[in-house]
Amino acid sequence: MSDNHLIKVTINGTKHTSSVEARMLLSDFIRHELGLTGTHVGCEHGVCGACTVILNGISVRSCLMFAVQVHGQQITTVEGMATKATDLHPLQEAFREAHGLQCGFCTPGILMSLIPFLDDNPSPSEEEIRAAISGNLCRCTGYQNIVNAVKLYLERDS
Amino acid sequence: MKPASFKYYAPESLEEALVLKAQYGDEARILAGGQSLIPAMNFRIMQPTVLLDLNLLAELSYISSKESAVLHIGAMTRLSEVEDDPLIADRVSLLHESLPYIAHPQIRNRGTVGGNIAHADPAAELPVVALATKSRFRVQSTNGSRWINSDDFFRGYFETAIDSSEILVELEVPFHAASTGWAFLEVSRRSGDYAMAGIAAVITLDSDYICRKARLVYLNLSDAPLEAKQSADMLVGETLSDELISQVANKASEEEIMPMESLHATVNYQRHLACILTKRALKLAYGRAKET
Ligand SMILES: Cc1cc2nc3c(=O)[nH]c(=O)nc-3n(C[C@H](O)[C@H](O)[C@H](O)COP(=O)(O)OP(=O)(O)OC[C@H]3O[C@@H](n4cnc5c(N)ncnc54)[C@H](O)[C@@H]3O)c2cc1C
Ligand code: FES
Ligand code: FES
Repeated sequence: MSDNHLIKVTINGTKHTSSVEARMLLSDFIRHELGLTGTHVGCEHGVCGACTVILNGISVRSCLMFAVQVHGQQITTVEGMATKATDLHPLQEAFREAHGLQCGFCTPGILMSLIPFLDDNPSPSEEEIRAAISGNLCRCTGYQNIVNAVKLYLERDS
Repeated sequence: MKPASFKYYAPESLEEALVLKAQYGDEARILAGGQSLIPAMNFRIMQPTVLLDLNLLAELSYISSKESAVLHIGAMTRLSEVEDDPLIADRVSLLHESLPYIAHPQIRNRGTVGGNIAHADPAAELPVVALATKSRFRVQSTNGSRWINSDDFFRGYFETAIDSSEILVELEVPFHAASTGWAFLEVSRRSGDYAMAGIAAVITLDSDYICRKARLVYLNLSDAPLEAKQSADMLVGETLSDELISQVANKASEEEIMPMESLHATVNYQRHLACILTKRALKLAYGRAKET
């Protein structure tokens, strides 16, 4: 019993039209159908945050949505952060410099959580930064350098 | 880790959704925020054959206070919208205070008020808040709609009074009365995890600081949100001395709650947590009631 639907969705500014099975997760659509493998999949039950993407300006878990649900909507993934594929966004630069990542598995999800958060709250306290990434697990950094990277970015931005 | 196949509908009006629900009954699951349903489907703990996605129903997404003293919240209102609402922060502070305990920011961006309540997880925050505030729920079917009091709504693990042909459409939350203090506290292992134990306390004082009304509702200490009526009644007509607060905390934690041993907490530990949380919550609520 396969239930297919035609969806049109804008991802990182590019329009895509695709026929998807209803049960296809948004994370699988992004990775397998579009080949945008920057969106990572760690747990598929909402706990790790690696799959976080930006849907119409807000952070959501792409493993907890079906692709069919994003028909007509706008999505940004980590690949869409910088203006050119070869560039880094200033927040990514800050992560590189402050050692905000080691293996990098958690990084796309953390960036996709931080971008809308910093849009809403351009001068957050350390506590607010920590709350914003509290739904993203990192097994390498111990979080300290992630927080430092955000602070470095904010210093430069101002 | 992939969901089984299902037939997907995204109705564009509540009307249409109700007709589909009537047609499919138990076979059709409502898809709200999906933050509990989709993990269960990914694990194949649940394999619904039909999903009715309510995400196109803007008509079920609102926070309105047209009537005095109560607030109506549409079932599809996102948890993050409730968290950010200034009126809720001001007039139903208990609800406001409970929100950050629910999961993570990204989950609250998607998860809905109706989903949190209809899912009826004994460890969920909103059912506890609903009971503590004496909220009501409106459910609707093609035959019309009816109100269900929170006291009659939760029937045990993931069980509610919603009928197979009905959809939960709205929550009605009363504003806190004058001279009312509140507290929402819980203990969990990590930020955003389901709590091992939690409490919502609401107390109303008279002008002499005598307690006139008290409600104590416990999270994850039974198979549904649990109201400790006898313990709360001990407060009525009294001033809240430390001694009385200790007696109430002992009674609630030893006699009224019904904790179930879990991987993370033995029954004794849960009783211990309930006792401490009760004391803290009552002191906090009492202090706030005196200030208002
Ligand atoms: C990592 C993680 C941590 C979490 N931690 C917490 C936590 O600490 N506390 C907490 O309370 N929750 C927690 N949750 C759950 C989260 O809050 C869910 O969003 C919520 O419980 C369900 O809301 P939903 O809108 O996502 O519902 P869905 O997942 O869409 O639905 C849940 C159930 O309710 C039914 N349903 C939904 N809406 C209706 C309706 N209008 N009428 C009838 N039936 C309906 C569905 O059919 C389904 O059976 C967590 C989730 C995750 C992934
Ligand atoms: S893969 Fe989505 S939260 Fe872990
Ligand atoms: S850098 Fe390795 S998980 Fe975060």
